[in-house]
Amino acid sequence: MTRTNDIILRATTTLIAFIILGFSIYLFFAGHNAPGGGFIGGLMTSAAFVLMYMAYGIRSMEKILPINFRYIIPAGLIIALGTGIGSFIFGQPFLSQTYAYFQLPILGKTELATALLFDLGVYLTVVGITMTIILTIANDRS
Amino acid sequence: MSNLTALPIILPLIAGIIMAFIHKKTTIVRKLSQVFTVVNLLVVGGVFLYVLQNGTIILETGDWAAPYGIILVGDLLSMTLVLTSNLVATACVFYAPKSLSKEQEAFYFYSFFFMLIAGVSGAFLTGDLFNLFVFFEVLLMASYGLIVLGNGKAQLRESIKYVLINLFSSMLFVTTIAFLYSVVGTVNMAQVAERVQEVEQQGILTTIAIMFFFVFATKAAVFPLYYWLPRPYISPNPVVSALFGALLTKVGIYSILRIFTLIFNQDVQLTHTLFIYLAALTMIFGVVGALSTNNIKLVVAYNIIPAVGFMLMGIGIFTEVSISGTIYYLVHDMIIKGALFLLVGAVAYVAGTSDLRKMGGLIHHYPVLGWLFFIASLVLAGIPPFSGFIGKLLLLKGGLAEEEILIVIVGLLTSLLILFSMIRIFIRGFWGEKTKIPLPEREHKGKMMAWPIGLLLTFSILLGVGAEWFYPSIESISNYLMDPQLYIDSVLKE
Repeated sequence: MTRTNDIILRATTTLIAFIILGFSIYLFFAGHNAPGGGFIGGLMTSAAFVLMYMAYGIRSMEKILPINFRYIIPAGLIIALGTGIGSFIFGQPFLSQTYAYFQLPILGKTELATALLFDLGVYLTVVGITMTIILTIANDRS
Repeated sequence: MSNLTALPIILPLIAGIIMAFIHKKTTIVRKLSQVFTVVNLLVVGGVFLYVLQNGTIILETGDWAAPYGIILVGDLLSMTLVLTSNLVATACVFYAPKSLSKEQEAFYFYSFFFMLIAGVSGAFLTGDLFNLFVFFEVLLMASYGLIVLGNGKAQLRESIKYVLINLFSSMLFVTTIAFLYSVVGTVNMAQVAERVQEVEQQGILTTIAIMFFFVFATKAAVFPLYYWLPRPYISPNPVVSALFGALLTKVGIYSILRIFTLIFNQDVQLTHTLFIYLAALTMIFGVVGALSTNNIKLVVAYNIIPAVGFMLMGIGIFTEVSISGTIYYLVHDMIIKGALFLLVGAVAYVAGTSDLRKMGGLIHHYPVLGWLFFIASLVLAGIPPFSGFIGKLLLLKGGLAEEEILIVIVGLLTSLLILFSMIRIFIRGFWGEKTKIPLPEREHKGKMMAWPIGLLLTFSILLGVGAEWFYPSIESISNYLMDPQLYIDSVLKE
């Protein structure tokens, strides 16, 4: 099989994947007060990964990103469930959430809510599931 | 304290997640799952006792007051069913290592298993219609995973049917909830129950009620909608069949029971009369199916359907006696169907075939399995000292009190034919000349399969012999169900 030279695809991917990843992280953090959140953020991140996989191929991506996405799914689930169970310690009903204001170094006064941790769980689960589905189908050559 | 209600959902979820992390280490996963199910069973038992003594516990998740947030209602009916499902799950998890291949165990069997338990418990506990839908999907997703586990050709073919029919009924479920939401403006079951009495056009509510019945009847395999059930249920591994047969259709029946006692109890003439006719047809067609085949697994799968008919009959007659009959039968049927699927799985394993015409004389080599099967048949048919009898007796008593003679006759005849279909397996499979043992290398494993079944049957016998102990609480559940105001008051706290 002759390989076509896809230098344009690869060069633009390095730039575009970076922008998509940044946008996905913006969407993830914006979820509380604007459209966005863990689900769409996770999908967008996986879109960036898929673009990178398309441009560079599975073999080299496994070197750049040595993650088994199958383990990301339970990791996300345990974080989401953990924030729900956390309320047990404080004697609150299951899935209660709380927030507080913190003085952070660069961002200044910021509101941090435990709902963000739940969203992080959703985010990781979505990334894990999307990448598992796509990579499983892509690897299926037998 | 209200967090107790969430434990039957959270514990299996945690277990499922942990098993997904370490899925390749089969021995550890196996032992850990057994520990987890036993712990879960004990915890659920504890919560059950707490509810038995102190009454319903309501969990308002996220500290949002009742009609606004999602609530989990741990009343006696829900907790009884959760406890029973965990009992079946415990027997299944101890049976699984003997029946599954190592690859199947390594490929997330235990994760799917725990997710299924979490979904079933959630469906029993939720007090919110949309949440009920979500938990239905949780348990169905897990069941899709379990049904194809192992990649057999038959499994792939049957799973397509199973997935299609369940997707269709789930879609209809969402549509029906949308209709109901547009009429009453809420999905909280207690608030829906309160508001349906104030709706001016009762006709639209009857339509929605029939649609809900259609959805749950598809999940529970009631007469015209049972065609999908038998073959998908026998194609996966026996332990998966046992989980499906014991839990999945029963969630559908529970939903019918809950919704048609709590919410749609205005137009009883129409809906509940319909139930009685459908129940009679379900019994007849189910038992005819069970008699029509020589595949022992298929006989048991077809026997699910008349049992659903019996439970629906109790809901249709709609008196306190018949509802307690339904609840008794529900608990009994969960245990016995679990035990029977595990039994025919073991029999088919040791005989090397599930075709009745090719086996015989098994009792000379496997006396324990044989007598367990004999007892299970009697339990299923409803012979007096065992648990099937009490449930059927209550149902028939309820039917006679309401002068529904026809369904009582159909019910009695069906019981006879159920007994015939089961005893046929016993006579043809276990009796006969002593032949040489069909597959000697399977002897030890086959004998080891007997004890989880024995455990389930012990509970089944206990449920029949000790009916005096259980009946008062069953009766209080049916009183509670027949007075929806109790449920509404306990949830909305007025």
